[in-house]
Amino acid sequence: MNHQWNFDAVWDNPEALLAGAAGTLRIFAICLVLGLALGLLVGLGRYSTRKWIYLPTSAFVEFFRNTPVLVQILWFYFALPMLVPFEISPLMAAALGISLNSAAFSGEIFRAGIQSIERGQWEGAQALGMRHAQAMRRIILPQAIKRMLPALTNRAIEIFKMSTLASAVAYVELLQQGKLIASLNYNPIEAYTVIALLFFAFLYPLVQATYVLERRMRRGD
Amino acid sequence: MYQWDFTPILANSGMLAAGLLNTLKLTGTALAFGIPLGLALALLRLSRLRSVAWPAGFLIEFFRTTPPLVQLFWFFFALPILIQVEMTPFIAASLTFSIQSAAFFAEVFRAGIVSIDRGQSEAARALGMSGAQAMRRVILPQAVKRMIPAFMERSIELMKTTTLVATVSYADLLFQANELAQKTFRPLEVFTVTALIYFTVIYTVSLVVHRVERRLAVSGETTVH
Amino acid sequence: MSWSAGCAGATDDHCSMTITDTSVPLLRVTGLRKHFGKDEIIKGIDIDVAPGDRIAILGASGSGKSTLLRCLNFMEKPTAGRIELAGAAIGVERPGRNGTVDTVYTERELTKVRQRVGMVFQQFNLFPHMTALGNVMEGLRTVKGMARDAAGTKAREQLARVGLDDKADTYPARLSGGQKQRVAIARALAMEPELLLFDEPTSALDPELVGEVLRTIRTLAEEGRTMLLVTHEVGFAYHFANRILFIADGVIHEQGTPDEVLKNPQQVRTQAFLARHNEFHF
Repeated sequence: MNHQWNFDAVWDNPEALLAGAAGTLRIFAICLVLGLALGLLVGLGRYSTRKWIYLPTSAFVEFFRNTPVLVQILWFYFALPMLVPFEISPLMAAALGISLNSAAFSGEIFRAGIQSIERGQWEGAQALGMRHAQAMRRIILPQAIKRMLPALTNRAIEIFKMSTLASAVAYVELLQQGKLIASLNYNPIEAYTVIALLFFAFLYPLVQATYVLERRMRRGD
Repeated sequence: MYQWDFTPILANSGMLAAGLLNTLKLTGTALAFGIPLGLALALLRLSRLRSVAWPAGFLIEFFRTTPPLVQLFWFFFALPILIQVEMTPFIAASLTFSIQSAAFFAEVFRAGIVSIDRGQSEAARALGMSGAQAMRRVILPQAVKRMIPAFMERSIELMKTTTLVATVSYADLLFQANELAQKTFRPLEVFTVTALIYFTVIYTVSLVVHRVERRLAVSGETTVH
Repeated sequence: MSWSAGCAGATDDHCSMTITDTSVPLLRVTGLRKHFGKDEIIKGIDIDVAPGDRIAILGASGSGKSTLLRCLNFMEKPTAGRIELAGAAIGVERPGRNGTVDTVYTERELTKVRQRVGMVFQQFNLFPHMTALGNVMEGLRTVKGMARDAAGTKAREQLARVGLDDKADTYPARLSGGQKQRVAIARALAMEPELLLFDEPTSALDPELVGEVLRTIRTLAEEGRTMLLVTHEVGFAYHFANRILFIADGVIHEQGTPDEVLKNPQQVRTQAFLARHNEFHF
């Protein structure tokens, strides 16, 4: 290997990387919150027995789970502006794509979690005179959330990784800054290696934490 | 009110068809290399030699944890310069997705192998089989059946992940869609149709996967995910 | 119609309002039927429950006795028939197909009924993410809208009544089966129900834990509460109940006082059933 590694250009410009990191965290936070909040609604919808709720949410889930998220992002960036009178920024398009995609996946996690709670819990709540919504809120969901934690944290990690796709529409996040540094300094090796290592350094502890969480859950049950 | 017009798409359906073909070609290649590589990685990871298991484990974790798009950019723009080898987009993409899917398949293999009752390998060894023979004749055949659903699901994920190559100018379906949208000025129709094409292919495959999962469940096979 | 609110037979100063009007039954069931799909499980049952009644419901597995009980607090919705609580019919009757009468039940009405009719389950169904105290308080806070402190005080009283006030802050996972069931009883009692339903409360318990639960139920009986108990414990039923219902094939096969049904069963099937459960002695 004849390459002379030289990381100077990468570290000479910390603002670029910081701006990228900030952008990554920003879109991650938006998509995490939206994705999980919507996901809860989707999960409840998929659990419902009323056809007019169940069918549309199922269609939503099937569509957003079975199309690639990059296709969704590009659709929101290029196609949606044709239908609406206002501008769709890169952030909006990427956030819409990633959030809706995550809502579909986390919706299934929520649904499975709710369904895993045994029927006796519903009956205990009903026998006390609780309405369906009260039973769901006070008895079922609190127990379900605990079980869903590993899957939901996995989903959060996936959302973080998906933030890189926003670079496809030129949103300023970490990978996009990597591209910038590489093209300005003609050092793609160093630039992309650093970006990869930064992501790894940040995500690896989180992934390990999820394993620990999973193992603790399995032992606890 | 927007006037939908799908005719330019029909006129250029060849473009999209070529793109779909490339998507399938890339997915197939990545699977063809990724599965055996994944098996190798899994076996290395399970090795009792730490000098072998640890690097394999690191490789697996690295490629499962870092974002796929970052990997793609590295293989496209960094690797060719590093090893002084010119690579076509197809080769760079195949390399990326082969290694990436190998990392994920390695975990599926490992979970499957580990899930086989210890008594099986003990019985095999008691018969005088070497570790490798036990693995080949007793463990793997049982493990593979359990891993089939996970494999199929991973393959579907791979098909979705290959769309990332559109950002590095490999002419897969999404790249062609982008080109076509620019050419015809009809992004709404083009991207909607593209999304529907992906949906049709992927949804159909996932239905097959579910059918297989159910058949396996009925036949009493436990499965790993 | 004469009403008097009183604490019939209460042994302490905490008691619930029990309607001691004897002209209107507390619970009246007329023509109850229940289908599950094509199978008819309850094939026409009439029951009158007077305040203070302690009714034991016996029967073989599959006879419909649990289904019957679960219809009374509408955990199962009756396919046909009418249920009246303290003189007021539950549900709205509407003409159905083929000249039949359909009854429409709203969730709001049923939740109100369930506040007045408590149930204790075979599998306890305690909420594992709450302490014993939390479980007993839950109905008071969420359904009756009580403030946390008031609910806590009341819940503690109920736990004390079943002898578990020292376990108030313990989670169900750390309680024995008998303790769990007693907490479940306290949870039902806290709602001050007019009627208590027990669905095989001791069937899921280890034999040595059955006694503590039966003792708790006997205490409630002595307070004059109105209770319906589905059970396999024939000996307990004899001492506990003032009326026995023997269910077979979805109908009341025989009913009467414990002496009548258990000592002098008239029907062959009742005799056969009792012969199989001959482990009790008088």
